[in-house]
Amino acid sequence: MIHRHTLARLAAELRARKLSSVELARAYLERIQASQPLLNAFISITAEQALAAASAADAALARGEGGALTGVPIGHKDLFCTAGVRTTCGSRMLENFVSPYDATVVSRLRASGAVMLGKLNMDEFAMGSSNETSYFGPVRNPWNTDLVPGGSSGGSAAAVCARLLPGATATDTGGSIRQPAALCGITGIKPTYGRVSRYGMIAFASSLDQGGVVTASAEDAALMLREMAGFDPRDSTSVDTPVPDYVAGLDAPLEGLKIGLLKEFFDAGLDPDNERCIREALAVFTRLGAKVREVSLPNISLSVPAYYVVAPAECSSNLARYDGVRFGHRCKEPRDLTDLYKRSRSEGFGAEVKRRIMTGTYVLSAGYYDAYYLKAQRVRQLIAADFQRAFAEVDVLMGPATPTAAFAIGAKTADPITMYLNDIYTISANLAGVPAMSVPCGFAQGLPVGLQMIGPHFAEQRLLHAAHRYQLETDWHLRIPERFA
Amino acid sequence: MTESSGTILDAAQQRPRRGESQDGTSTGWETVIGLEIHAQLATRSKIFSGASTAYGAAPNSQACLVDLGYPGVLPVLNAEAVRMAVRFGLAIGARIARQSVFARKNYFYPDLPKGYQISQYELPIVAQGAIDIVLEDGSIKRIGVTRAHLEEDAGKSLHEGLPGLTGIDLNRAGTPLIEIVSEPELRSARDAVAYMKKVHTLVRYLEICDGNMQEGSFRCDANVSVRRQGSEKLGTRAEIKNVNSFRYVEKAIQYEVARQIDILESGGKVVQETRLYDPDKGETRSMRSKEEANDYRYFPDPDLLPVELDEQYIEAVRAALPELPDAKAARFVAQYGLPAYDAGVLTASRELADYYEAVARAVPGEPKLAANWVMGDLAAALNKEGLDIDAGRMPAGRLAGLLARIADQTISGKIAKEVFEAMWSSGESADSIIDTKGLRQITDTSAIEQAIEAVMARNPAQLAEYRSGKDKLFGFFVGQVMKATQGKANPAQLNELLKKKLPG
Repeated sequence: MIHRHTLARLAAELRARKLSSVELARAYLERIQASQPLLNAFISITAEQALAAASAADAALARGEGGALTGVPIGHKDLFCTAGVRTTCGSRMLENFVSPYDATVVSRLRASGAVMLGKLNMDEFAMGSSNETSYFGPVRNPWNTDLVPGGSSGGSAAAVCARLLPGATATDTGGSIRQPAALCGITGIKPTYGRVSRYGMIAFASSLDQGGVVTASAEDAALMLREMAGFDPRDSTSVDTPVPDYVAGLDAPLEGLKIGLLKEFFDAGLDPDNERCIREALAVFTRLGAKVREVSLPNISLSVPAYYVVAPAECSSNLARYDGVRFGHRCKEPRDLTDLYKRSRSEGFGAEVKRRIMTGTYVLSAGYYDAYYLKAQRVRQLIAADFQRAFAEVDVLMGPATPTAAFAIGAKTADPITMYLNDIYTISANLAGVPAMSVPCGFAQGLPVGLQMIGPHFAEQRLLHAAHRYQLETDWHLRIPERFA
Repeated sequence: MTESSGTILDAAQQRPRRGESQDGTSTGWETVIGLEIHAQLATRSKIFSGASTAYGAAPNSQACLVDLGYPGVLPVLNAEAVRMAVRFGLAIGARIARQSVFARKNYFYPDLPKGYQISQYELPIVAQGAIDIVLEDGSIKRIGVTRAHLEEDAGKSLHEGLPGLTGIDLNRAGTPLIEIVSEPELRSARDAVAYMKKVHTLVRYLEICDGNMQEGSFRCDANVSVRRQGSEKLGTRAEIKNVNSFRYVEKAIQYEVARQIDILESGGKVVQETRLYDPDKGETRSMRSKEEANDYRYFPDPDLLPVELDEQYIEAVRAALPELPDAKAARFVAQYGLPAYDAGVLTASRELADYYEAVARAVPGEPKLAANWVMGDLAAALNKEGLDIDAGRMPAGRLAGLLARIADQTISGKIAKEVFEAMWSSGESADSIIDTKGLRQITDTSAIEQAIEAVMARNPAQLAEYRSGKDKLFGFFVGQVMKATQGKANPAQLNELLKKKLPG
């Protein structure tokens, strides 16, 4: 039953030496191995290294040493570079890529004592909303294995949902933490852009990518994020402001919290069952003393088109380094340089990645740049200004994380646009760089629904606090799919 | 011979060669040239990584993960590169951008690890400066500098010794460059070379670039077009890429101008294209045409924040600027009374100017003598052996020792040349050579008189002829006395005494 403990409880029991890290790692590794044929949440399982690290953690704990997470098992989304363990980014291009260095997130969590059990499946280069674009096969939703877990952090979300791990790193470029967290019924936070170092986090769209976590509870997220966040001199876009202790003050009353109900998110696309869950959640906040009012962000409908210009543009450039020359997939017996480029990239990238590279190349081309890229950047400023105006009036914005609950594997692969629209509620926070969470808030026909909470820049603590207080009142976040319970 | 312009020869080459027509003018065509100069900044580490920029290391031994463009790595701007760019901007009176932005220039090439070069595009750090050059007729022309921006260098593709293969050396990848773009205001190959040399002088004064052209630290692309004299419309241009010597720039432009005029005069059209200069054949040839040209898809690099500079920073950089070549030359004219030409040559490099000043200060009252020797015998000796002024072969104090003996008339100018040669080969001081060789000038009137009397006694016939009116024989007697004194008689005294003695 250890797997039902929250990460915070595991950390406390390890410190109290009620638990051994090695036993814990063994127990989770067993669950991971058993789940693999069913869920495919992992790309690499690093049992040997994990047990060595766990045993070192036990030794440290025995000496009375160790950090906040010493001995706690975690997993990393497979786009965080891990020295000596391959980092695939869910792509054939990096199928055999072993990074010579650790991402800052990886080294910070290691320094806190966390023990990595493996690397988690994901949409290829984080491009996707269903985890179906992974070269290593789709991840399945633990609530119903015919359904998608969401994406791109589908492996991270499924693993935490099935309690294969108490917590995992994830990244969010347009909803890749919040959407799978919602579809899997777990807690996920995308911090403010610049809060968590991007160094060693393989880039999709640099101005939107942000690392975060998926966990069972808000308290767990607070604990893990506190260890990951902070300025990194290796990332010029990381912000040099102190990281508050996200765990402290979680229990404080919510009295007087001003919640803005995001009017535009309650549109025709929102499934009525999802809407019911969201409104019930808001009623809980009202009971807790929060004041809820409707807030409008008039430019938010432009989020999806602006995003699908900016993100592909940056991706087309970020992915140019995969050329078959220095690392990654190289085609066999290239005839010449052009052939090397064309075949290595054609063979190494999947369809969705290619689609976005082509879109991005197009929107940056001479003659189109102003009409697309520049205009999208202006839209981005409008959306950021909308948020700024809203946060002058309310503390937190709330609404659905996704329009519907999890959908069937294969249901949206034929039409990329319907797939893209799954991120309609999450993208705006990335465009504005503000922090946002998804918190489980009920079930629609047996499938989890996520409540999205968005805060102003660097208000992670406020979001985590509200989510924690909500979770003290509800047990949605403690529900586990039956076969993994 | 090296192309490094620490040598005096480069400076001396700037001497205007009058009487030569500007390129093209004789044919009724006007040449229009703009230069893009790439100067490697002399930072210790790269522009976006901590790897060393030292030249000549084993291939790929100075390329870190950032330089290799590994997945997940990020660039971090080197503050020293920014400071150097600002130094340059201030030195040419340019506008320093309070906010400048790095952009990605996207194209595929094996020695470009990320598939894009980080450069500056719409908002460069330096804009709208100017550089004065001396034209062939000695007049000064102001050349506009459109912009100067920071960027990273690419690696190198290697083919030598790798039959059928291409090697890639990424040591150079990420080396900071400043690209200095001139207005199309240069009107001849000679203008272009003068401008390039002036920029070269400037970056070395500023200590922001070592100027080593053989190692590629200083190189240029030349945009060349021609148009009918009097026409306002610019002709179609060709861009000659990556020329790394002053001589080649001159030759490449001359060739290109002649080529374009030939095409136009025979009714053809110049194609806009990129061309390479082949120094062995002395010609330019097509590399790629505009149709094949890349669309670089520039956009602001999202991994880097805009560079923001405040007034205080800019003023601090300004305060640390050294005396610049034009100011120094003007001071040499005012302080030492040198002709403008001498001042220009002597200030062509900071090392040369410092050397000259050390000599001039050590021999008070003889600044022109010092200039003549530094630009003359010393320059010739250095050039002959391909040495730089700061190689230490002839320390300023030692040359000053020689000039002091000329100034106090211990030796004549003619003897001084002999002493200089001995000093050059032996490394000894002027005084010790004068003493050992007994070259001290004879200024004792009675000794000179004795020598004159002896010569007169030995040449009675010539003396008689002179006295009967053959004045030309005066020179004969000067020569004879000099011969008798091994050239050591003070020439002025000798003249005077002969004039007194010969008439009898």
